[in-house]
Amino acid sequence: MLEIKNLHVKLEEEDKQILKGVDLTVEAGKVHAIMGPNGSGKSTLSYVLSGRGGYEVTEGEASLLGEDLLDMDPEERAAAGVFLAFQYPVEIPGVGNMTFLRTAVNAQRKARGEEEISAADFLKLVREKAKTLKIDAEMLKRPVNVGFSGGEKKRNEILQMAMLEPKLCILDETDSGLDVDAMKLVSDGVNALRDEGRGFLVITHYQRLLDHIKPDVVHIMADGRIIKTGGPELALEVEQNGYADLLAEVQ
Amino acid sequence: MTAILSETIKTKPSARRDEETAARLAVMSAGATEGWSVANREAALERVKSMGLPQPRDEYWRWTRPASLIAPEAPTAAVFDPAETPIFDAVDRVKVVFIDGVFSAEESDPLELTGVSIERLADSTSDIHWASELYGKLEARGQSPVERPLAALNTWAATDGLLIRVTGKAEKPVSLIYKHASETSDATLHHVIKLEEGAELTLLENGPAAARFNKVMEVDVADEARFHHVRAQGRDHERRAATHIFARLGRESLFKSFTLTANGVMTRNEAVIELLGDDAMAHVAGACMGDGDFHHDDTVFVTHDALNCESRQVFKKVLKNGAQGIFQGKILVKDGAQKTDGYQISQSLLLDGDSTFLAKPELEIYADDVACSHGSTSGAMDEEALFYLRSRGVPMAEAQNLMVIAFIAEALDEIEDEGLRAELLDRLTGWLDRRRG
Ligand SMILES: Nc1ncnc2c1ncn2[C@@H]1O[C@H](COP(=O)(O)OP(=O)(O)O)[C@@H](O)[C@H]1O
Ligand SMILES: [Mg+2]
Repeated sequence: MLEIKNLHVKLEEEDKQILKGVDLTVEAGKVHAIMGPNGSGKSTLSYVLSGRGGYEVTEGEASLLGEDLLDMDPEERAAAGVFLAFQYPVEIPGVGNMTFLRTAVNAQRKARGEEEISAADFLKLVREKAKTLKIDAEMLKRPVNVGFSGGEKKRNEILQMAMLEPKLCILDETDSGLDVDAMKLVSDGVNALRDEGRGFLVITHYQRLLDHIKPDVVHIMADGRIIKTGGPELALEVEQNGYADLLAEVQ
Repeated sequence: MTAILSETIKTKPSARRDEETAARLAVMSAGATEGWSVANREAALERVKSMGLPQPRDEYWRWTRPASLIAPEAPTAAVFDPAETPIFDAVDRVKVVFIDGVFSAEESDPLELTGVSIERLADSTSDIHWASELYGKLEARGQSPVERPLAALNTWAATDGLLIRVTGKAEKPVSLIYKHASETSDATLHHVIKLEEGAELTLLENGPAAARFNKVMEVDVADEARFHHVRAQGRDHERRAATHIFARLGRESLFKSFTLTANGVMTRNEAVIELLGDDAMAHVAGACMGDGDFHHDDTVFVTHDALNCESRQVFKKVLKNGAQGIFQGKILVKDGAQKTDGYQISQSLLLDGDSTFLAKPELEIYADDVACSHGSTSGAMDEEALFYLRSRGVPMAEAQNLMVIAFIAEALDEIEDEGLRAELLDRLTGWLDRRRG
């Protein structure tokens, strides 16, 4: 469903190449994990896929279900089914979490030519989903991510994901800053969304998240490229030996 | 903090000031020639003559050109039809309509409200009247330490206005509607509002009023009385307005004023508030949205002269296409006004690089046990937040609108009545939506 071919990305403002030829295919129903040292370009890949400004694609392509993603605005990509759970969710003072969620759900429905969800149905749905993520009503009323703890922010990302039902879920270090219980909650939230029509790209540093969200495929990214692809055992290998051996192997 | 009590900021003599003042006075006349107000008006004329009208070099007129406000003739302003139901239409209220500054009996409701006496200034020609203690009197108090000559000019020349005396809790708002009909109208209105002990009133104002509008409102809030003011200045692009509120607050009283402004080539809103009784509370807030040829100036002066009073100034400006926003706000805490809680924030959201926001926040404190804070910021829309919203599928324009509303929220929250707050929020959202695409 997600096809990335030879993707080269540099910073718009600087002559700095970050992605140097990424090839990646994520099939519907599968979970792909990307691991790799800090600074290897994992977040950049997730941002470029979701349409954040500041990057320039110098070569290559990326498409979702045959549609070229790189030409779309961020909101069009969202409507096409891309969702990024941010490594650092953004605080938006003054915009209520509920208002934000409802606006987003309805905007996507509208973009797809569907009817808006009624206020009552929305409320019911959001309460139900929030409950399984242990997000209380108080948190829903507050401004988006303002005053949320690290764990609350990550759970809020998963709540948005659950409400928006995207086709491609990209999770950028969703496990960072989570304690064991929160990790379990978040993983359960993600697993509940696993189905045949949906693909996942899970970026993480640690094997520990992958104990909960079992990947089908594991990629190792280094210096803007995917240097190795394998099964779940690859994650265990990294956990035990670090990246040094892998990097040496490639060189 | 300086320890010298501020002196009255006198206007400096200049030949040009004398000329322009004389030219303006030559085409005006006293608003009444009989009755109780004559003496007050004559005193005001003396003030105008001794101060002279504002000049660009005056300390509080550096950022707002006074020329169009003091010119003998009002610059013409086209009448604008916003093609929407007038604001506050759904509110149960006593409507008082002025067209180009002239009272319209036909369009107004009977001036009747339980616990409230409402009279027209133009009708009030008796020799003795309660309003003589206030008319031009609060304005005169407000001339120090900063002179406000346009307000004195208004006291002298005002042709009409309302004299409202509130003895109980008004069961519905008094709603002043200022219609604009003629492209050359020059309106001068002056209201006096007196809230007796424990009384409560909500005053609504809306509409562009005239091509040029000079309005003064004097508000005397007695002990434990409560005054709410919600204003929406009309959306006519070319209109000009200089407005003043002079308020005096007694013990445990409340004064709340909120102004929403969209459009208008020239608006100068001044508020001069004195907290004279202990435990009083004064909140002045405003939100404006300017696009293009728009100049909006909020000039506020709050004086704390009693114990344990609270004041808030909350002003938000959204500016684009060269619009200009000005904020000059001062908190003066007099010697002995202990336990003062003073807050002031002025912020602008600049939607492009062409717009400007200038702020002059001032604190002057002579008491030692006070908590005063002030802040002023100016910035573009948060790109990270915009991307976050868009990444969830919210289209660019809608995301921007959400951010604008969020920016204004703190000011809007100063409206106590939930229904009125919702009405203004609704209006704002509508304006933003319609500007889209
Ligand atoms: N906006 C930016 N400005 C400057 N450098 C950036 C920017 N975005 C990414 N980089 C750089 O690109 C490289 C990859 O970053 P990133 O994608 O965040 O890596 P990862 O998520 O794998 O840790 C790093 O060297 C980082 O410093
Ligand atoms: Mg990262």
